[in-house]
Amino acid sequence: MDFEFFFKLFLGGLTRGSIYALIALGYTMVYGIIELINFAHGEIYMIGAFTALIISTVLTMLGFPALAVTLIAVAAAVFYACCYGYTIEKIAYKPLRTAPRLSALISAIGMSLFLQNYVLLAQTSDFLPFPSLIPDFEFWEPYAHIMSAAEFTIIITTVLVMVGLTFLIKFTQIGKAMRATSQDKTMAMLLGINVNRVISFTFIIGSGTAAIGGMLIASHIGQINFYMGFIAGIKAFVAAVLGGIGNIPGAVLGSLVLGWTESFFTGYISSDYEDVFAFLFLVLILIFRPSGILGRAETKKV
Amino acid sequence: MGCLLAVCLIFSCGKKEEAEQTIKLGVAGAHSGDLASYGLPSVNAAKLVVEKINANGGVLGQQVELLIEDDVCKPEVAGNTATKLISDGVDIVMGHICSGATKAALGIYKEANVVAMSPSATNPDLTLSGDYPNFFRTIPHDAKQAELQVKFATQTLKVKNVVILHDKGDYGKSQAELAKKYFEEAGVNVLLFEGVTPGAVDYSAIVTKLERQQPDLVVWGGYHPEASKIVTLMRKQRMDTLFIGADGVKDETFIKVAGEYAEGVYATGPKDISDNPMAKMAKEEHQNEFGSDPGAFFDAAYAATQALLNAIEKAGSTDYDKVINALRTEYVETPLGKIRFDENGDATGIGFSVYKVTNGQFIEEK
Repeated sequence: MDFEFFFKLFLGGLTRGSIYALIALGYTMVYGIIELINFAHGEIYMIGAFTALIISTVLTMLGFPALAVTLIAVAAAVFYACCYGYTIEKIAYKPLRTAPRLSALISAIGMSLFLQNYVLLAQTSDFLPFPSLIPDFEFWEPYAHIMSAAEFTIIITTVLVMVGLTFLIKFTQIGKAMRATSQDKTMAMLLGINVNRVISFTFIIGSGTAAIGGMLIASHIGQINFYMGFIAGIKAFVAAVLGGIGNIPGAVLGSLVLGWTESFFTGYISSDYEDVFAFLFLVLILIFRPSGILGRAETKKV
Repeated sequence: MGCLLAVCLIFSCGKKEEAEQTIKLGVAGAHSGDLASYGLPSVNAAKLVVEKINANGGVLGQQVELLIEDDVCKPEVAGNTATKLISDGVDIVMGHICSGATKAALGIYKEANVVAMSPSATNPDLTLSGDYPNFFRTIPHDAKQAELQVKFATQTLKVKNVVILHDKGDYGKSQAELAKKYFEEAGVNVLLFEGVTPGAVDYSAIVTKLERQQPDLVVWGGYHPEASKIVTLMRKQRMDTLFIGADGVKDETFIKVAGEYAEGVYATGPKDISDNPMAKMAKEEHQNEFGSDPGAFFDAAYAATQALLNAIEKAGSTDYDKVINALRTEYVETPLGKIRFDENGDATGIGFSVYKVTNGQFIEEK
């Protein structure tokens, strides 16, 4: 019984961590390339979920089979979110690339509020029911009391996305260009890398993963509203910092650590102070490892 | 150009003079944000009542003007909302909607000698503490709901062990604490009493924890968004434990969002008054005017607007003491029945029932 309890909390923390990770990846990639904290990232996640909801509702009404609905909704959500990510970068960040970092940060916060209010006005302020796009698979039924099919899917997807991203960055040409840009933008440019394209690409990939996250999570908890991106975004940002911002395995590790901390603390002590404890833990880690669990301490030449 | 300006001036002057002769009824509450579904029905109710009264010559021969302000259910915003209403010269206020926001606004109204009446703020202290003699409400306070929940749980459901969860907010936590107190007095074991963080991405840890306690009943103190998440997760983990909430859960949005998982959930809420002729009429007016069924707290807001304007009429002025006296002594016919207010500010003769979600609707348990 006690082991089962521990195991369930472990799995719950894993799910929660995976959710954070899907969002944190976008934060950390963008930071790695242009050292900008893209506060509008949480909103991309929300827009992904809204797109999936709209598309899946329309397709279900038209009588498409469930699997097709899910796949088309995911594709549409990813595509839509990528377009938003690309446009946001062009409108809000590119003109400020040489400006002081604080200006870009303010621009990011402004973008976040703009998108929240845009969805609030264009859609609704209500909570909307979100269909379970991930069905309760029959083969999963024996394990359903331990972990739902949706949670299982979230974890698997996170692993796939992480492996895919690592592959992309380590072994492809664009990945090499991304690494070069992140190390030294000017030098990369001199070597003939189209830095603008690399940055746009980073935003597109980050937004795509956030949209997948948005859809999976909305499908897991069964409801969405315009504000959902805010808290998830903040937590994911914390996770990215915890793991060492700019570092992709770090973002995943940080997310899992945060997810487990919250889950075990709720399970064994009290959920009243869940956030207090999670952030206390964050402070402790940052005291001993100021650049995050996997972050490298950077020495800047003056 | 000059001519146009002059016309504008005359026009705005004329408008101003006219405005001075109106009775200004403030309507404050959550009109956007997560909890707009609690606040917007009260705006509709006020519009309907005022329209009717104005068509019949107004109050004390003056037209009633509505000043509608949004507090998004946040205490930190509600203070500004109240200040704004007072600087706009409000005579009397119907609102606010959420207990926390109401509490934040009441002190400001008290300083300015403005009477406020909420159709939905159920925190007991608002009236029972005696701090706010300017506050009235057309909804029974939470202590009554908690009493009913415990009575229903022990006598009808015959539970022995309960888990109580709340959202740490003013409304939810006080609701949960009262339930805990009454359950313990009734000899029921409270296995777990905990707050959860509203808006969190996932509640599986707390659901796992309560599953381990194996309670007969989960009592929820808080609003519907978290309730639907928790119920959905419980059912997805194949837990069929009973679940009861208060009027924060008894909202159509809860059923809409939780869908099939909402089935069998209990919630306390204001008594079903659909047989009351005035309630029927109010519902019809709403359907004609807005083309939909009224939402949560609509009848209470309708009654509050009527009671406030009636009190001004009976008092013969908008004088603070006279209006309060009229509210306490004069009965008024409303969709909730014939009501007046006791010395604490609570409406007399209104109450709660237990509802159960059956086939996608809240059905009153007799």
